Amino acid sequence: MTDLKYTIKDFKSENEVRWCAGCGDFAIINAVQRTMAGMGIPKEKFAVISGIGCSSRFPYYMSTFGFHTIHGRATAVASGVKAANPELSVWVMTGDGDSMAIGGNHFIHLIRRNIDLNVVLFNNRIYGLTKGQYSPTSDRGFVSKTSPFGTVEDPFVPGQLVIGARGSFYARSIDGNLKLSQSVLEKAAEHKGTSVVEVLQNCVIFNNGIHNAITDPNHRADRQLVLEHGKPMLFGAENEKGLVFENGKLKVVKIGENGVTEDDILVHDAMEVDPTLHLALINMALPDFPVALGVIRAVSAPVYDVEMEAQIKEIQQTRKVSCVDELLNSGNTWEVTGNPNGSSKKCI
Amino acid sequence: MKETKVIELEEVAIRFSGDSGDGMQLTGTLFSDTTALLGNDISTFPDYPSEIRAPQGTVGGVSGFQVQFGKKQVNTPGDNANVLVAMNPAAIKANARFLEPGGTIIYDSDSFTEKNLRKANFETDDPFAECNLEDFFKIPVPISSLTQEGLKDFGLDNKSVMRSKNMFALGLVCWMFNRPLDYVEEFVKNKFRKKPVVVDSNIKVLHDGYNYGLTMQHMTPSYLVHPAEIENGTYRNINGNHATAWGLLAAAEKSGLELFLGSYPITPATDILTALSERKDLGVKTFQAEDEIAGICSAIGASFAGDLAVTTTSGPGLALKGEAIGLAVMAELPLVIVNVQRGGPSTGLPTKTEQSDLMQALYGRNGESPVVVLAASTPSDCFHYAYMSAKIALERMVPVILLTDGFLGNGSEPWKIPAMADLPSITPRVANDSEEFLAYKRDAATLAREWAFPGMAGFEHRIGGLEKNITGTVSHDPENHQVNSEIREEKVQRVVDMIPELEICGDEDGGDVLVVSWGGTFGHTASTVRELRLAGKSVSLAHFNYIKPLPKNTKEVFSKFKKIIVCELNLGQFAAYLRNELPEFSYYQANKLKGLPFTVSELKESITKLLED
Repeated sequence: MTDLKYTIKDFKSENEVRWCAGCGDFAIINAVQRTMAGMGIPKEKFAVISGIGCSSRFPYYMSTFGFHTIHGRATAVASGVKAANPELSVWVMTGDGDSMAIGGNHFIHLIRRNIDLNVVLFNNRIYGLTKGQYSPTSDRGFVSKTSPFGTVEDPFVPGQLVIGARGSFYARSIDGNLKLSQSVLEKAAEHKGTSVVEVLQNCVIFNNGIHNAITDPNHRADRQLVLEHGKPMLFGAENEKGLVFENGKLKVVKIGENGVTEDDILVHDAMEVDPTLHLALINMALPDFPVALGVIRAVSAPVYDVEMEAQIKEIQQTRKVSCVDELLNSGNTWEVTGNPNGSSKKCI
Repeated sequence: MKETKVIELEEVAIRFSGDSGDGMQLTGTLFSDTTALLGNDISTFPDYPSEIRAPQGTVGGVSGFQVQFGKKQVNTPGDNANVLVAMNPAAIKANARFLEPGGTIIYDSDSFTEKNLRKANFETDDPFAECNLEDFFKIPVPISSLTQEGLKDFGLDNKSVMRSKNMFALGLVCWMFNRPLDYVEEFVKNKFRKKPVVVDSNIKVLHDGYNYGLTMQHMTPSYLVHPAEIENGTYRNINGNHATAWGLLAAAEKSGLELFLGSYPITPATDILTALSERKDLGVKTFQAEDEIAGICSAIGASFAGDLAVTTTSGPGLALKGEAIGLAVMAELPLVIVNVQRGGPSTGLPTKTEQSDLMQALYGRNGESPVVVLAASTPSDCFHYAYMSAKIALERMVPVILLTDGFLGNGSEPWKIPAMADLPSITPRVANDSEEFLAYKRDAATLAREWAFPGMAGFEHRIGGLEKNITGTVSHDPENHQVNSEIREEKVQRVVDMIPELEICGDEDGGDVLVVSWGGTFGHTASTVRELRLAGKSVSLAHFNYIKPLPKNTKEVFSKFKKIIVCELNLGQFAAYLRNELPEFSYYQANKLKGLPFTVSELKESITKLLED
């Protein structure tokens, strides 16, 4: 399989891509196609499943098998695809409306089951396809067409839901950072179990600049912490800042101040089963903290589709019934003889 | 001592009745299985409340199980019971109206205390007089105290002792009807094999009940029902939900596909999920979803990936699945949706039977969303119609809704076991030429598209809920939508070439009245027509298992009769459908909405009135 030489072109479909000019989705599809091309998996084994929303048009722009389903249900449909054929590489493309609102239930149960799917969550904190209503990830007070005086509700933080649902893999990226996106998508694809990759995506029409505070090139170094497993949690233009854990909380410190050295800085362990620190990293927000990016959590846990296949194999090794004829004739049966003219039940 | 009175009967109906915790469903099932093994034809009807344990001793908590068996064909569990076994006064009150005049009542006299009489809302100390049951033959048996006496040396606490009293009643009834105890003994030994004391105590009480009948025979009649003259073959007892599950298994094996069930527990459909969950030995993948929607969506995903995909539910669940059924219609994927109907609307009567989801099955979705609709008519033929649902879905790339109901799902009857070799072939429309493949290219005759799933190199394509052109590309072209909408309807109509013609049971050349029924009412309408014909009436039956499309000779059959009466357990949904499809005929109606099956006597009354008008 490793001799498969695909390029990004092999994953583009003949369909014209119809996202708005400047949409963050272009960069994401680019990262996904690059990732798939490099996986060494035959193209026919990819299945891309989506729900409803701008991001969910994704399958039409791919040359793989694709299924554009109904609002919120892509995770449920994809669960069936993977259970039916665990050999497939199954990708779910979803947005913050699709997976955090109408599909919230399926989203958390998918993660709980740990089915081996890759979920790419495009988070632009707005409903784009229905033209600008607030979403479950919009901040309290957010003004939109359906909240002209500001919302009076708090948002979901997707990573919190992943941890709450016992997720085994969670990563965060930004649409414009193609390199980072491709790197976390590759790790998501390698991960056995449900991997959720949240991509902070810009809706150029209805929520333009929503992530600017994080992505602004002038402040990016201070406002982003790109995590790597086994590496210290350092950030800043000169890597002069870092994170420590004090009194049960994360704290930003400066190397060289108050006697802090690089040895005091936390080292990222994405494989730690205890989610405490992962949750703290997910919760970090501006202005007091940088926003955590990269693979935040990647732990090993039993995988649904693997367990399902294994259970069937195990039961079949000692089975007493191996075909339907045997099943129908198992248990209590009896013979009726001597009624050559006996009637069948059907007619009267 | 007086000789035992032996009564020889053609058929007899027994109703076991007690608190929902008294084990009446098990008692009834064990008696039915014993009886079927002796070669009688049987039909059963479990009738229980939706509360798992309603307040003890109240009428609302009464759980009943009726079985009719006979030496001839038995199509129904019987309108009324000839013998009632009542474990408490509430059982008398709940069942008084279901007893055949002149019948026998066996009751646990220990439970007829002041307290229990009040719990059942009796005003006097004579429950039988209050229920107008004076003329019935009553056999008081101190079941509770005899059970306690029989188990006094077993060292069991009183609660455990009392749990065995259903075995006393079962032993007594087995004696009355000349049934051997070996089947029940085997069942008990197997079920409690890890608890020897439970096995011993239950078997002891079972024999105590049997011996009580033997020694008290001067006051207990004994009945003789000869085995039925049914077709030669190997038989088993089966209920509708098991038959449905096994029909799907048979279809998977025949088609060479793996079976996937995505489902969410709901009364009375849960047993199908249970029955298939047990079949890991046959490779079944069961996915207990987080809700009804995920149940069907996971099945649609499995269908997209090449499995024989099924979802099972009951009324409210079908409502939740509506949008996803539309997706399967649009994506033109094979899918079987089983709806075990119950009383509605909303939560309605979860444990009771009804046929009121017909319109929902036919039309309950947004847009023009045609699906094939089938309905099973007896517990055992759920096997056949589940099989046919899968065959149609796989060969025509279309969702199929199979309607059964609580009466069929829970009811059981003897079933002549078919051989897999005798079942019709199933040929899924799996694509084989990637050069020629287009997502929505159709077979000219059937209009079915081809099925290509992930893993098949060269067949990569995209489908989805948006309207498409032939290649699978999204299309908002007005002409394209018109044509595709008509094709999707026509594709369902062309299934008519796969289904048998409508049979007339009775006067094939026509007559006065044609009784029309569909689905689970077959036993009752067939028995009604049989009895009326024996009385010389010109009455025939046309029973429908194929609802959409209708059999192609339907119009021809209807035109042979002077009057048509449509009998169904709703307010006239099939009649309304027929008025729409075949408006040239007038349709009389017989409808019932009590959460109960028809009775033969009420149907006879409606039809006789129509004959006389």
